[in-house]
Amino acid sequence: MTTSEVTRQGVRGERPGRDAVTGGRRAPGRRKGRGRGERLMVPDADFRSYYGRPVLNQVVWADYDIAGYLFLGGLAGASSVLAAGAEFTGRPGLAGPLKAGALVAIGGSVAALVHDLGRPERFLNMLRMVKPTSPMSVGSWLLAGYGPLAGAAAAAHLAGRLRGPGRAAALGRALRGPGRAATVGAALLGPAVATYTAPLLCDTAVPAWHEGYREMPFVFVGSAAAAAGGLGMAAAPVAQAGPARAAAVLGAGLELAAAARMRRRMGMVGETYRTGRAGRLMRAATALTTAGALTGALLGRRSRAAAAAAGAALLAGSACTRFGVFHAGTASAADPKYTVAPQRARIDAADADRAAGAGGSAAGDAGAADIPVPRASA
Amino acid sequence: MAVDSRGTADAAPQHGSGEQRPRMGFFTDTSVCIGCKACEVACKEWNAVPEDGLDFTGMSYDNTTGLGADTWRHVAFIEQRRPLGAQETGAGRAPVDLGMPAVGRPGDDPDPATLGDFRWLMSSDVCKHCTHAACLDVCPTGALFRTEFGTVVVQEDVCNGCGYCVPACPYGVIDKREDDGRVWKCTLCYDRIGDGLEPACAKACPTDSIQFGELDELRGRAAARVERLHGEGVSSARLYGADPDDGVGGAGAFFLLLDEPEVYGLPPDPVVTTRDLPDMWKHAGLAALTLLAGGVAATILGRTR
Ligand code: SF4
Ligand code: SF4
Repeated sequence: MTTSEVTRQGVRGERPGRDAVTGGRRAPGRRKGRGRGERLMVPDADFRSYYGRPVLNQVVWADYDIAGYLFLGGLAGASSVLAAGAEFTGRPGLAGPLKAGALVAIGGSVAALVHDLGRPERFLNMLRMVKPTSPMSVGSWLLAGYGPLAGAAAAAHLAGRLRGPGRAAALGRALRGPGRAATVGAALLGPAVATYTAPLLCDTAVPAWHEGYREMPFVFVGSAAAAAGGLGMAAAPVAQAGPARAAAVLGAGLELAAAARMRRRMGMVGETYRTGRAGRLMRAATALTTAGALTGALLGRRSRAAAAAAGAALLAGSACTRFGVFHAGTASAADPKYTVAPQRARIDAADADRAAGAGGSAAGDAGAADIPVPRASA
Repeated sequence: MAVDSRGTADAAPQHGSGEQRPRMGFFTDTSVCIGCKACEVACKEWNAVPEDGLDFTGMSYDNTTGLGADTWRHVAFIEQRRPLGAQETGAGRAPVDLGMPAVGRPGDDPDPATLGDFRWLMSSDVCKHCTHAACLDVCPTGALFRTEFGTVVVQEDVCNGCGYCVPACPYGVIDKREDDGRVWKCTLCYDRIGDGLEPACAKACPTDSIQFGELDELRGRAAARVERLHGEGVSSARLYGADPDDGVGGAGAFFLLLDEPEVYGLPPDPVVTTRDLPDMWKHAGLAALTLLAGGVAATILGRTR
């Protein structure tokens, strides 16, 4: 059952159907259909809620904007690191595509970020202040610093390819020094660009994001390295793509290990990464990333086609990871279970501690959990 | 908890233009709420909040469903087959069905043990104006700010609609107005209290369920009220958000509830997400170094392969 908001301007949005069961506990097994059937596989935790309504307000970001932005930012940051390594080990065929890729990716990521704003024309307000308590503010400044560096590195590389005795070649030679400086700068800021998006998500009340704050940066870094390795493999000549293949393997391993650990440590909230859309995306990410890294490592040196296919799989896998993490978060915010049950468990544990520690002293402060109330049902 | 690790935007020590004003807040005593929704209406009228959907939800008398961009006061209605506190007589009489409004559908067989038990919980929810406000901490533009009254307000001429504050709020208060692009929430009637008036909802509340005043004074009043209710047998009365040691450092708008917070749609133990931010940055820094080191390692490994 769905009801919509009928306004004077017409129908505006739809609200999820809800069961008017009093006392708040959701009737088990009532929510069949509407594409969320897999929820039923998970046993309902014992929790109470207000008509099954979410406690949190829902994430207002569009997935293609913000998950896309996470993916592109990671790709850019890690590409800059690999590009610098390639540049200084004499692999222009690898450095060039990585630098170009970093520039395109960071451009796309900024465009996605601006596009997602409710008031895009006010995007410069992001630089209105420096605010360490806001990962989005920190990120805006990082992008403002990194973007031009990535641009300069790519431009200098392009200019350096101009040949001949003319003025253009002279320009290329003149830009070599500044280009190298920009390459190093981008390589130093790149990891920050690739990582800060983890605190960006985790610094919210969304259970599936916040609870993963210890592992999420490593998931993102691994995913970023795998993506950059994929890009390098797909775009560079096989003979120069060694570092890209190594990065893909290292990144894929780190990503998969960190993601598994994150899901485990999250307890019941971790199921949002296993079920529904997020579950499908995370499984696809695992498959694509594993296949890409293995193909790249085993066949990437011999076959250009295999390297290209492996690269594409790695890029797709990295994107799936970001979309999966995004949707696990939105799913965990949409169900009051993930907000209420862990908090209730925390209160119960603290109460048990206090009861065990304080013995008979009944004088407590006027906290919310002081007066025991019979739970409505079991 | 170190305040400096999360910026200076917390409410406890007053700051700003040197004005030392007492922190103002709401005490919402839901035990006297009659569910008239005068607060919802007064808020909409005074603040010119647009309509929030003409919806029939089937959730008792609640058709506004929750706080959002266009609902800054929200009255929750909960019907329970449970005796009111004052009715817990223990006299041992067999219950007689008086035909009072009942929980459940017509034709349902009521449990004879609870026949006639009925209570209707009503509670007017609002922005908590947290001491440690996550929305304010994460706002990248500074659109959200702490006023001289210790309240949290959005400057709509600054907000660029990034939407970060929306999932940051542990209570689901602030939200984006879709056709406007910016976020909106209760201002604790910043314009009114600056002129010495009480907020519109408190002014309109006929039962004084919503009380406005200096936070310290309200906390004392609330503690006395709980004691009195307990004395009268309403054992389920408890305060929510009044404890300065809770996860948000105490709410500027706190409540007297008659059941667990989650029954009213409130989080039972909210924690400001930025409490863990220093730790998040630490882990992120470590991960960034890992990427740098991994890049070097890959470059070296790549030589031989
Ligand atoms: S309740 Fe939410 S919107 Fe209100 S001050 Fe606290 S964090 Fe901000
Ligand atoms: S939506 Fe507006 S108020 Fe909220 S964090 Fe972004 S700029 Fe700040």
